[in-house]
Amino acid sequence: MLAFIARRLFQSVIVMLAVAFIAFMVFRYVGDPVSSMLGQDSTLADHAALRERLGLNEPFYIQFFSFVGNALQGQFGISYRLQQPVSQLIMERLPATIELAFASASIALVLGVVLGIYTALRPRAFSTGVIMTASLIGVSLPTFLIGIGLIYVFAVELKVLPSFGRGEVVDLGWWRTGFLTESGLRSIILPAITLSLFQLTLIMRLVRAEMLEVLRTDYIRFAKARGLSQRAINFGHALKNTMVPVITITGLQLGSVIAFAIITETVFQWPGVGSLFVNSVAVVDVPVMAAYLVFVALVFVVINLIVDILYFIVDPRLRDGAKSGR
Amino acid sequence: MHTSLTRIAAVLIASTMLAGVAQAETVRWARSSDSLTLDPHSQNQGVTHTFAHHIYETLMWRDTEGTLIPRLATEWYVKEDDPTVWVFKLREGVKFHDGADFTAEDVVFSLDRARSEGSNLKQLHAEVAEVRAVDDYTVEVQMVGPSPLYPNNVTNTFIMDKTWSETNNVEEVQDFAAGESNYAVLNTNGTGPYMLTSREVDVRSVLSVFDGWWGEAPAVTEIVYLPIADNATRIAALLSGDVDIVQDVPVQDIERLQNSAGFKVETGPENRVIYFGYRFGDEPLRSSNITDSNPFDNPLVREAMELALDRDAIQQVVMRGNSIPTGVATPPFVNGWTEELDQYPAPDVERAKELLAEAGYPDGFSVTLDTPNNRYVNDEAISTAYVGMLGQIGIDVTLASRPIAEHSPIILGDETDFYLLGWGVPTFDSAYIFNDLVHTKTDTHGTYNVGGYSNPELDEKIISLGTETDLDARDATIAEIWEVVKADRVLLPVHNQTLAYAMREDITLPVHPENQPNMTTVVFAE
Repeated sequence: MLAFIARRLFQSVIVMLAVAFIAFMVFRYVGDPVSSMLGQDSTLADHAALRERLGLNEPFYIQFFSFVGNALQGQFGISYRLQQPVSQLIMERLPATIELAFASASIALVLGVVLGIYTALRPRAFSTGVIMTASLIGVSLPTFLIGIGLIYVFAVELKVLPSFGRGEVVDLGWWRTGFLTESGLRSIILPAITLSLFQLTLIMRLVRAEMLEVLRTDYIRFAKARGLSQRAINFGHALKNTMVPVITITGLQLGSVIAFAIITETVFQWPGVGSLFVNSVAVVDVPVMAAYLVFVALVFVVINLIVDILYFIVDPRLRDGAKSGR
Repeated sequence: MHTSLTRIAAVLIASTMLAGVAQAETVRWARSSDSLTLDPHSQNQGVTHTFAHHIYETLMWRDTEGTLIPRLATEWYVKEDDPTVWVFKLREGVKFHDGADFTAEDVVFSLDRARSEGSNLKQLHAEVAEVRAVDDYTVEVQMVGPSPLYPNNVTNTFIMDKTWSETNNVEEVQDFAAGESNYAVLNTNGTGPYMLTSREVDVRSVLSVFDGWWGEAPAVTEIVYLPIADNATRIAALLSGDVDIVQDVPVQDIERLQNSAGFKVETGPENRVIYFGYRFGDEPLRSSNITDSNPFDNPLVREAMELALDRDAIQQVVMRGNSIPTGVATPPFVNGWTEELDQYPAPDVERAKELLAEAGYPDGFSVTLDTPNNRYVNDEAISTAYVGMLGQIGIDVTLASRPIAEHSPIILGDETDFYLLGWGVPTFDSAYIFNDLVHTKTDTHGTYNVGGYSNPELDEKIISLGTETDLDARDATIAEIWEVVKADRVLLPVHNQTLAYAMREDITLPVHPENQPNMTTVVFAE
């Protein structure tokens, strides 16, 4: 077990180094931070001097190694744009992103499972057709369009929900939450729905497909033959067996919800790490971009690690393989 | 029973009306991005200055007409017996937000800080040799030589309290490379009409009125500043009543907002000209099929290119009427602008083709146009339109469109043959344009002279503008320079941008030519 985790951890470190390395290679092509930092009233000599001071003249691998060296000590530098420490900026904004991800994952999971079961049990009902078609729209419309559409309907026309932002927040030590105020709760509704639509569709279709599959298997037929109630068969036997892949996918999707809420955050001016990243890209704020990408890699790596460990515990075949020194 | 109810109602109404008079007026103000820092000398950037003008004050500033008006300085003049010294008389009785008195030593400290190594404003004070306090309310600025227009350079140089800065250890400007944030980036102590109440970067900043301000109490007593990056969301926020004033209104939304009940749009000219530039010199262009000469170096080709440019069509179609076409690369506020210079020729495709043939390019030529796509209003669309117009006279243009962060290095590194750029003139004087766009490129001048235009005779005249104290003679030199610049078609101006602010119908906020609206100028309708 320990050897397994150690191996996994080692692989995770390699993944994160690779992400940082690729990021630094790409940063050379995203533009010049110096001209947006200095503005119009500056001479070329000023530009050269600042570039030298920031170490931007160094070859990218030197920049990369100094980044890794500093990152290992918890130093991510100072944002070119906002002149504040990057780690502080990210920590300040992380609660907003995590709360949004949590809310949208909950919506996606609950509605996805319920609708998935419903459409699997009534494959020929008219309402199933409607739900399946609507879900297609959900995956095919771009997120920003859905977001803007929801804003226009619920904020501009009906004036029932706020059009942007996070509302009032309550400070709980280092965590700023919007879940404890009315305006905070009202503010999270639209972005959470927008962000959840894709995952919702995915989970729903997955549950439906798995459920249909399971319902055709022999043990369900035998259960029916035993005269068990429909309810006991559907929820006690069929659903349990469909949930294994659903949990895996949901776990992995949670990572992408946290990491790629960028568009939703931008459309709703949600003050999370995604909108921080977008603002940083526009002015080539390299320290923030680098730290954000490493953070995203970390989220994925951690979630994958947890999933792997769970498999290890759940699946005896993996355990045996490890024992035999595979 | 009936009458007593009426009486109660009357009393209630009267009391709410009374409360209404005394009530604080909050304005929720949204624009596309946040102020970058609260350190007033760290960034030379419009959004940051606009926000800072509410908290800090400058010696002088500009009203909505672009005229220089007194602020912390009540008078300014060149010292009688020494043309190299500017004297500023300071306003008395001004207090900082922490209660400290405003005196000459604060001005000396702030000007010295603004021209220090780490400051992004230092270029504006490059001619300053020494700043000294004569008495509590008089400051003398010793220049390197005669600098007749120095007062134009101080309109964004904010005055900090010397004692406060020393106490909080912020005598130095924030250093990007230092790896830590200084106190002044997040905390303020100005003399301005508003005090910072709270600030969450990129989310919201709240300012409340400073009771000890020397000016007349503003109608707006609280400002909630809300950066909203997405255009559609920003407009939706106004329409849904979540904000009161929106700056940075996209061109395509202006008409719709004007027609929406309960909202209005204030428009006005901005101090920013949009122009095309091209490479001068004999060397062949990098992106052209003509490999033995540089077509742009031929005046006939440049004339043909101007005749191909249909400025009115760009104004009507691309800008939907929201621009002011111009024939000279300077906004009308700027000293040196004349109506005559502003004239531009009517487009003439036939004549343009003849000129190209005459110049030796009867089949035209090919070239790449570099354009930003997120910096100016509809910048990419302007370039696209011009590409079509040049196609009509046989010039085959490939458009290379990039975000400004990638466009800037190409411009500053001289890696372009043909480009679009915009230029604002914060000093409101033509010399600012000549120094950076027309003077031969050197370490200190011609930073944005991307095309490499070089005219030694003009260079001499441009340098003389810096020290000429006879303002009439100086204006005459400016006129001479413009004549040559226009005749040589050093730049190909398209239009001056206009600004649009959208707001609730009962609010009036005039457009400021530098796009620096101030909430003290807000008027509420009865």
